[in-house]
Amino acid sequence: MTDIIVGAFSFLGAIFILLACIGLIRMPDAYLRISVTTKAATLGIGLLLLAAAIHFQDFAITTKVMAIILFILLTAPVSGHLIGRTSYFSGVKLWKHSIMDDLENKYHKASQELKSENINQSDEISENLEKDPESKY
Amino acid sequence: MTLTDFIYIIIIPILSLSVILILYRFVKGPDIVDRVIALDLIITTGIGFIGAYSIYTNRPSFLDVAMILALIAFLGTVAFSYYIQKRNK
Repeated sequence: MTDIIVGAFSFLGAIFILLACIGLIRMPDAYLRISVTTKAATLGIGLLLLAAAIHFQDFAITTKVMAIILFILLTAPVSGHLIGRTSYFSGVKLWKHSIMDDLENKYHKASQELKSENINQSDEISENLEKDPESKY
Repeated sequence: MTLTDFIYIIIIPILSLSVILILYRFVKGPDIVDRVIALDLIITTGIGFIGAYSIYTNRPSFLDVAMILALIAFLGTVAFSYYIQKRNK
């Protein structure tokens, strides 16, 4: 009975990891790839490690597995956010059919500043930068 | 079919196929960000590999390696994003 549960969990986990990899191949854009891999891979790894915990049926190993799953659940969104932020700031283009860009006109490329309201890329900021390149306007 | 056979015949080949697919994206990836994502996913798949292998060999001490690998994956992604952002300054 335990073997059947372990087999089902590990099979589901492997299928989810495979789906994440197909998503990584098929998605047209770096941001969509981040979205696919962080979600699907987290679920796949969680299921595979849970299968290991059920198979060994030992309190120490279950604790270890829970620690790994909790760590992955905490760190996967953080690293996804960081790499998405970096790719936006380093100028990776959105897919041509993407309909929303919330950061449009809110990020100034030359001074690397992010604002809540719209900023105008052309006027005063660049003038200030020309006068004194060191100042953070 | 025992559980060991099931892991050996089905689970490990699926994971190997996924690593090959990620490697395709790692080689082709149009931008450096895609390569960082692919590297992150390769390490995550490696954690799954270690979990399946510890069931296959019936040795739970492999799971310690999985914990270290999870730590290193996070640190690697954070360091890569930090330095890519610094490079563009």
